[in-house]
Amino acid sequence: MSLNNSLPLLILLSSFLPGMVIFFLDEKQHRLRTLLNLGGAAIKLMLIGILTWGIFNENVYESRFTLAPGVDIVLHADALSILFVTLSSGLWFVTTLYAIGYLENGPNRSRFFGFFSLCVSSTIGIAMAGNMFSFLVFYEILTLSTYPLIVHRGTPDAMQGGKIYLTYTLIGGAVLLAGVAWLRAIAGPLDFTETGLLSNRTDLSRETLTVIFILLIGGLGVKAALFPLHGWLPKAMIAPAPVSALLHAVAVVKAGAFGIIRVVYDVYGIEFAASLHLLWPLSFLACFTIIYGSIKALSQDELKKRLAYSTVSQVSYIALGTAIIGPTAAIGGIIHLVHQGLMKITLFFCAGNYAETLGIHHIHEMNGVGKRMPWTTAAFTLGALGMIGIPPMAGFVSKWYLGAGAIAANQSWVLLVLFLSGMLNAAYFLPILYKAWFEKQSDNWPAERHYGRYETHWMLLLPPVITGLIALLLGLLASSPYGVLEWVRLIAYREYGL
Amino acid sequence: MNFLPLLILIPLTGAFLSFLLPRYEKFISLTVITFLAFITLYLGNIVFHNGPIKLVAGGWSIPLGIGLYADGLTILMLSLTCTVAIAVSIYALFYFDSHKQTSDNKDITKSWWPVWMLLLSALNALFVAADAFNLYVTLELMGLSAVALIALEKKAIAAALRYLFIGLLGSMFYLFGIGLLYALFGTVDIIELTHKIQSTPTTLVSMVLITGGLLLKTALFPVHFWLPPAHANAPAPVSAVLSALVVKAAFYTLLRLWLGPFELLVSDLVIQLLGILGASAILWGSFQALFAQRLKLVIAYSTVAQLGYLFLFFPFYHIENANTIAWYGIIWIALSHGLAKAGLFLAAGNILHAYGHDNIHGLKGTSQYLPITLFAIGLACINLMGLPPSGAFLGKWLLLNAAFVSGQWWWAIILLLGGVLAAAYSFRILLFAFQNDDNNIRIHKPHGLMQWSALGLTIGAVLLGIFSDHLLILLSSGAKFGGLNLTEILR
Repeated sequence: MSLNNSLPLLILLSSFLPGMVIFFLDEKQHRLRTLLNLGGAAIKLMLIGILTWGIFNENVYESRFTLAPGVDIVLHADALSILFVTLSSGLWFVTTLYAIGYLENGPNRSRFFGFFSLCVSSTIGIAMAGNMFSFLVFYEILTLSTYPLIVHRGTPDAMQGGKIYLTYTLIGGAVLLAGVAWLRAIAGPLDFTETGLLSNRTDLSRETLTVIFILLIGGLGVKAALFPLHGWLPKAMIAPAPVSALLHAVAVVKAGAFGIIRVVYDVYGIEFAASLHLLWPLSFLACFTIIYGSIKALSQDELKKRLAYSTVSQVSYIALGTAIIGPTAAIGGIIHLVHQGLMKITLFFCAGNYAETLGIHHIHEMNGVGKRMPWTTAAFTLGALGMIGIPPMAGFVSKWYLGAGAIAANQSWVLLVLFLSGMLNAAYFLPILYKAWFEKQSDNWPAERHYGRYETHWMLLLPPVITGLIALLLGLLASSPYGVLEWVRLIAYREYGL
Repeated sequence: MNFLPLLILIPLTGAFLSFLLPRYEKFISLTVITFLAFITLYLGNIVFHNGPIKLVAGGWSIPLGIGLYADGLTILMLSLTCTVAIAVSIYALFYFDSHKQTSDNKDITKSWWPVWMLLLSALNALFVAADAFNLYVTLELMGLSAVALIALEKKAIAAALRYLFIGLLGSMFYLFGIGLLYALFGTVDIIELTHKIQSTPTTLVSMVLITGGLLLKTALFPVHFWLPPAHANAPAPVSAVLSALVVKAAFYTLLRLWLGPFELLVSDLVIQLLGILGASAILWGSFQALFAQRLKLVIAYSTVAQLGYLFLFFPFYHIENANTIAWYGIIWIALSHGLAKAGLFLAAGNILHAYGHDNIHGLKGTSQYLPITLFAIGLACINLMGLPPSGAFLGKWLLLNAAFVSGQWWWAIILLLGGVLAAAYSFRILLFAFQNDDNNIRIHKPHGLMQWSALGLTIGAVLLGIFSDHLLILLSSGAKFGGLNLTEILR
């Protein structure tokens, strides 16, 4: 196996192997565990650097592993997978840092970090899967490896949340499995192809393909939290803060959204999907979910729950961008994969900080918190403003492209949805910011802890500040050369065969 | 030099020796299993490179001598037997000794090793049998030694007797059927019979008798009723062997005959009926598992369900391509279920050992006290659900493909539903096991090797879904659906 063939596999193993070792570490081996975690994350980022450079120079990277004749696990690096791999590895690094600080002295840490690594490994697998079968395999492993993280605390609430999560995702997984197996049986190996592997297949029945599309999107829609399959997400926020952060930003929710992108662009091909009349229902569903999630978020007093409904709403931007025809909207959808991840992880980190440091779980307790925790609140503000889509934050860039794409595709009604969603986002985020910065502290903090020099433990403080700043910079420097936007534009044009 | 007879003779000798020299029974048994492992590997290598082996033992020519035969399927079944035997034997080294301290049944260890060796010999003999009468003898021997093993546990004696009765009934049907075939065609050799057989009403009767007897032994719904009490009450290593190997052996016999002599007689109605019974077994077994209160009973009902999957091969019997894919699929399910279920029963034995009961509501704290055992249970459950990474997933994937390729998509619904139900009863166990125990229950911790042998088997079931490519090629050796068929069909 040459380096080009093994690099994707190495990237996967750089989190998988440390995770396996961590499982068997003693609880007290704190240093070794930290070393393995951060070392693995650092090596992974380095390998991705090499990979990106290689892709830039038009090398091909593919690891293929045969399970049975015609049944291959393929790890393949294309422009889209690089984007998702980089996002998940980068955010894994900061989340690991955060989790080490967060779980300090908690029980069962070896188990936690073991499954944490598994969870990230399967996300990496999803990102680099080169065919639908591999995607499915990693998608199911992700379901299973996330469960122990959600129920980590072992409380009745956590068990209940875990049960609901499993019910949704396992049934969703079964539906997806049906779709993939069916498609495999009638169309042969399902290697992802830019502009779509089915686009030239006139031999297949259009009705069957429509049914399969519904099965695929139905299965993926559970994780992507498309209405009415979103019910598990607000319940799963019972998980420890670093898990919620990763779950909402890259791991589970994004796996669903990423899968939708793959199915529409690389399996069906956007024009073929449109000719089957499959896209307008998807875009309608996405729009409905955007509005619905925002309205539900308005009425939540629990901070993490409000953030969870906000995720329901925001992730559908990605599906929306995918469902509108035209490269401009595609740019908006795909780049929101990155932007939403950064902004949402910041918000969840901050929510975790409030809970850990001051015992704040509800919005009505947040009066004057900006004075006590200025850095955290500043990061939270960056994330929230980005979600609303105020320039020059990253969220604005996504919306700009989505809007421009909608106009180009003669679907101006989408603008109304974007506008409405922006207003609703403002309606549920601005009051929080107002309370935090301008209201006076009304009562004692529910459960305050002191951490010496900083407002909270430095390992909890650093991650949200970093991700918040990156979210700001991505917006400010959106049009700079070699930036994310340029990369996404490359992806979008390739998907349209331009 | 041919090693096939050694597969039978070595454990048989081991059985006698360990009966005569009880002081050395552990040493003898472990030596036997070591030999078996090497012989199986050696034979596997030969079959992989040179194709199936056929041999007539005893110096007489075919109608009188004992024919032995090994193809890819044989080798994989032998390997499954050997792998399970290694883990179960290591487990049994400690299980029965510690069980003796807690149980009022002091003689429990006395008969385990010799009878276990006898069972092993019968299993190996069955897998390499080349004629239908040999299959009968080995089935009988296997059934009797299994009954003796179940009865090691005093409270399982009723279940053991029922098992004995059912086993004898099944064998009787089978023997009668074989007798008819011999009277008609003058041979019991499977290959010869395949050439000579004709479709007559009497042949049909013999097929019905043989199939009925074997279905009874395979515990296919609705004649599965004897299985849960027997498997749930036997000592843990015995349950493991019963669920992993003994029922599979009966199914193996069925498969050999249906894909050989009976091929001419198989009608569309019958295969659909078997498929429907299989589907009912999946649903019924899973539902029963969902409501069972004892861990071992849940696992036993899950065996009923998992055996149902094996019968989903039959609806595709006559459909070209789909039958090939489905055949590989069910063999993979059978193999991975064997490993996973054996591991799961051993893990349940650990829990029984630690807690003194296996009521699933009392499993709190398993994740704290027995993490390795819980890990084993988790991996086994992934197999039962048929989720990746596991051998069962690969098997299910192939079976799903067969369903869609053949256009009989409704079987896919059963497959997926079975997976979801398996998830429901699996997580019912895991849900309790994951909860923290705050009362510091006193537990009687099992030996480390007892935990690791359970985990080893379940890891094996996972590896079966990863390093499967060469094993599938091995399986295609000598198979009816052999050669490069699978490659061509799936590409």
